[in-house]
This record gives sequence, C-alpha cells and structure tokens, in this order.
Amino acid sequence: MTAESPRTLFDKIWDAHEAVPAGPDHPAVIYVDTHLIHEVTSPQAFALLRERGLRVRRPDRTWATVDHSIPTRFVEGRPAFLNRATRNQVETLERNCEEHGIPLYRMGDPGQGIVHVIGPELGLTQPGRTIVCGDSHTSTHGAFGAWAFGIGTTEVAQVLATQCLLQERPRTLGIEISGRLGAGVSAKDLILGVIRRFGVAAGRGHVIEYRGAAVRALDMEARLTLCNMSIEAGARAGLIAPDETTFEYLEGKEHVPSGDGFADLVARWSRLPTDEDAAFDRLLSFDAGSLEPMVTWGTNPGMSCGISEAVPAPADAGERAALDYMGIEAGRPLLGRPADVVFIGSCTNARISDLRAAARVLAGRRTNPATQLLVVPGSAKVRRQAEAEGLDEVFRSAGAEWRAPGCSMCIAMNGDRLSPKELAVSTSNRNFEGRQGPGGRTVLASPVTAAASALAGAVADPRPFLQD
Amino acid sequence: MEPVVRIASRTVVLPADNVDTDQIIPARFLTGTRTDGLGDSLFADWRRDGAGELRPDFPLNRPEAQGARILVAGANFGCGSSREHAPWALTDYGFAAVVSPSIADIFKGNAVRNGLVPVEIAPSAHRELLARPGTEIVIDVEAGTVSLPDGGSARFELPPFARRCLLTGRGPLDFLLEREPAILRYEQGHDDVAAAR
Repeated sequence: MTAESPRTLFDKIWDAHEAVPAGPDHPAVIYVDTHLIHEVTSPQAFALLRERGLRVRRPDRTWATVDHSIPTRFVEGRPAFLNRATRNQVETLERNCEEHGIPLYRMGDPGQGIVHVIGPELGLTQPGRTIVCGDSHTSTHGAFGAWAFGIGTTEVAQVLATQCLLQERPRTLGIEISGRLGAGVSAKDLILGVIRRFGVAAGRGHVIEYRGAAVRALDMEARLTLCNMSIEAGARAGLIAPDETTFEYLEGKEHVPSGDGFADLVARWSRLPTDEDAAFDRLLSFDAGSLEPMVTWGTNPGMSCGISEAVPAPADAGERAALDYMGIEAGRPLLGRPADVVFIGSCTNARISDLRAAARVLAGRRTNPATQLLVVPGSAKVRRQAEAEGLDEVFRSAGAEWRAPGCSMCIAMNGDRLSPKELAVSTSNRNFEGRQGPGGRTVLASPVTAAASALAGAVADPRPFLQD
Repeated sequence: MEPVVRIASRTVVLPADNVDTDQIIPARFLTGTRTDGLGDSLFADWRRDGAGELRPDFPLNRPEAQGARILVAGANFGCGSSREHAPWALTDYGFAAVVSPSIADIFKGNAVRNGLVPVEIAPSAHRELLARPGTEIVIDVEAGTVSLPDGGSARFELPPFARRCLLTGRGPLDFLLEREPAILRYEQGHDDVAAAR
C-alpha cells in the first residue's frame, strides 16, 4: 500500500463508514454500526416504518432500553409511573421491540439503565464504531474513540429501515488539554471550564477531538463525562483516541470478543488515533491545571465560574435574564446559596466512580435536613456494584434517597422534578430554564461538589471534605 | 411532507440567543407517541404563566403576531436536546421558517426533514429583521434569498440535498431506500458488519 496522507481519528472512522460517498447533489451515506433506542424518541419512528410498510433492517445492530420517562421509585413493588402517557411509551417500546426482534433492557432487567451508561458497560461502545441514538448525549460514547452522535426521530426511522444516515461531513476541532486536574477537580469541572472558555456554540458544525496529557490521564468514566457534554459546547460529537486505558476497560465486556479476537481488535483499534501530521480544521488549547471546582450560575452550561470566584457581572441581556431567572446576584460567589435539592445522577455523572466520589464526601456525615438528596444510579449494574460496595448504605445513612436507575431529574419527565424557584445542585448536564421542572433552578456541578452541597444545605466547596 | 418553495409572511421576533429545545418544547410534553398536536406546547413556559394563562407580553401572544409564519430568532437557535418534537411543535403551531444568524446542528437537520426552513443569514441582515418585528418578508427557498425591510435582500445557504428535500417534499428516507444495493455491498465488504448478522 502506498503512503496515505495523515488523517485524524474522525477522518479514519468516516472513511471506513462511507457506504456511498458524497455526490454533487447528495451527502455521503454513512453506515451505522450500533443503534441505541429508548422509549421517548422512537415511537414515532416505528410508526413511520409501519406507515411505509418497512422492516427493521438490522435488529442485531439495534439495542433498546428504557430510561427517559420511567419512574425511579416503586410502590408496593410496582413502578410508580407518573401517568398513563409515560407508561404507554414504555409499553409501546416493548411492543415495537417484540415485533421487530430488537433486544430490550426492561425495567428490572440486570442490563437496563441510561442508554449512555449501558452502551459502554455492555461493550456495545467500541473504538472506530459509528453509534447513533435519538438523544443528544450520544456524544458520550466518543470517549472510546467512536463517532457517536445524537439524531432526530426521523433519522431513527432511517437507521431502523436502512442502517444508514445521510451526513454532511463535519469539520474537525482539536482541543488540546494540558496540565493536571487539581484535588477535588474532576472531568465535569474540566468540561464546564472548556465550555465557559470557548462558548456553547464553539463546536457547531464540528466533531471535537479531546487531546493532550490531561485527557490521557483520565480514566474511562471520566472520559465519558468529558465527551458527554460535547453537545453543550455545540458539537454533535466529541472523541478521544483509544489507548491502553480504553482496551483495559473493554476486555471481558459482554459484547467484546475474548482471546485472539480481542487481540485482533486491539491491533485494529491501535491504528485509529490521529496521525502525527494530520491537520484539524480548528485547534484550541486549554490548561486544566488552573481549574477549581466549577458551578453554573445561569441558564446555559457556558454560564459558570469557579466555586470561590464571584459570579461575573452580566455582559448582555441574556446573562441579565439568566441571573434574574436564577435569583442570583452578580459580584459574589455562589458559595452558601441554599440548595433545596441535590441530584446525583444522569448520563453525565451516575457511573460507579461518580457514586464512589460522592460517597467519599458523604461517608459518616448527615445531609442538611432542609436539602433533599436524590442519588440515582446510571444503570442496574451501577446500582448492584454500589450496593456490593455498601455505597447505598453510605447514601441512606447520610439521609439520601437511593433510587432505581433512569434519567430521573436530569430531564424531569418521570415526576422527579423541582417546584418553581427551587434550586438544585445537580450533576446533570443542562441548566436550561425549567429543565428540572417548570420554574426550577439548576446549578451544574461535579459529584463531589453536589455531595458537599447536600451536607452544607447550600452550594459548597468539596475540597475541605476530601482531606483525609 | 409538503414541498416548500416560497414563504411570504410577517415575522415574529424572539431576540434571545441560545434558545434551547427545552424552551421550544419542555420535556414534560414529550410523553406522547405521535408527531402532531404539539403546537399548543410550543414555548409553553414562556407563552403561559404558572396558572396556564397566556402572557400578553410574550412576542408570540401579541395580536400582530397571530398568523405569522416566520420566526426571527437569536443566535444558536435550537441548541441542546435532539428532540424532533421541537420542529414538530413549531410547524404544528404554524411556523414555516426560522431565521437566525446561526442554528444548532441537530435542530437544523430535524427542521429540514419536517419542511421547516432553517434560514441562516448574516448578522447585519439579522439585525435589520430584529429591529422590525412584524415586517412582511419573503423567503425564496430555491434562490436562497430573504427579502429585507429596507428593500434589499440577504442570501442564505442550504446544502443542495437539504434544499431539494424542501423543494420536493421528499426526505432522505426515500433516497436511502433507493441505495439498498450499495448498502448491502457495503455490509458484504465489511467482515465485522457481516459477521454480526
């Protein structure tokens, strides 16, 4: 083979998935390796298939779970659905999966969980793959060096019917992250810092590749947190080159071959990282060493500051409106601002390492009685692991509610939600107006910051709680 | 999907930047299984107060905004969640186009696939439209132009395929279905893809 021109990780995945290259009057047809579906954005797609008399082309490449609108509480052993509509969504997915032969992780199934938590757990998320789901946080899976992105419901129907999507080629954005995260500073703080610095639209039209020493040093779960919020930076996808950390995580997972098969895969995956001389369309750099725990003060994820920093004076009408909505004054830190609810959960921060970090802060302590603490594991597997380690006892003893896995108060579709003007310190990904309930106010933070805030009953710096 | 060639309408102006899809349609309205009937939930928490009454000062609620089919919005419109319910709600309410200096990626694609024209225009032209709510403008999808209040016009780009989808009302699904032989060849040519079958 002749020498090829240097390519980025994204370029390599793109090139390997062009079922039909772009033509003058159409974009490329991109083959989808793995399609994940859930109860909220799939029913209309199946209805479209039915209307057109189409079948699911590759049920063996499609996996379903329930997460968005399901209850996290059980009453007398039965799931406490918010209403008939949410129950109907779940039953509709069950019928659709049965009709088309799609494996479904139901409530109570050991493999069930938030779609972006179970993909990696099951080994469905693998380097070099194209992965889509009708959910914008599909960017999460990019942590494995996969090109993973959120799609709309019409596209869900296209993938169900053809296993393909038409894609305009995105531009590439390299974000070089140097330095080392300080104590009590996590991947969540890092991505909030990146979004604050470059803005919520920085990644529009681009696929991000996170690079550099600070990224290499992250474990897989931290990388998932980083890639998860690429969409909050405006990018449909964010990737990290696979390395030993990736391979080690994947070995032995249910859908990953073992033995020689695994060795062959590792050899292939090892060719994926961006070539040394490959060019990105854009390059940015960021120093992780200067970060402290981050909190958001406004109504988009770019409106954040360091925990000890004063909330900045509003720069425009949008920021003024955000402060007004949040009931927050500029000019002093958020520290000490009372929190009605602390939510530890979501596809951003509900993996076992997140729960361990929160438990470390909460162990042997009690939450402030004025603050409700909700801990919602990201999957049934995370829940079992946490229980095996006794973390559920740590949470309960601290005064927390320990729930069943689901999206819960991140999207507030299932009844877990804030009342108007209540403030939550939340490990989720969006602080949009009303995201956690109409009129509710969200302060995004890391698991340790959330845990510390539950103890203080107010926005708190986690670092004093982490000193041994 | 009906073809969209030309839209002539008054505008409604919603100047805020970064309007996310949770504002366009809050998540609690996503519990259905149909694509229609979502117009009433459009901007639900901005249009109505806590008691469910229409807020008279919200731009969509003003008398002069009734029947307008073009929404002039701020930058990065439609960011956040990938919910297609956002364009479904906008079209069900009666909108045929969104005009902004920049529209979020996922929303833009979802809009095209539902016959809602995403119109990205230069900031200077956008400022003119912001300054003149309720002005009558014409969006020509074929020519890629928007008429401006001062008599001039602004250009907007659409990928050729997206333009054709809008003009013909034929979406990508038909195109993909016609490529079945190529898709099958791809699957057969990729061991790992074939092996999973």
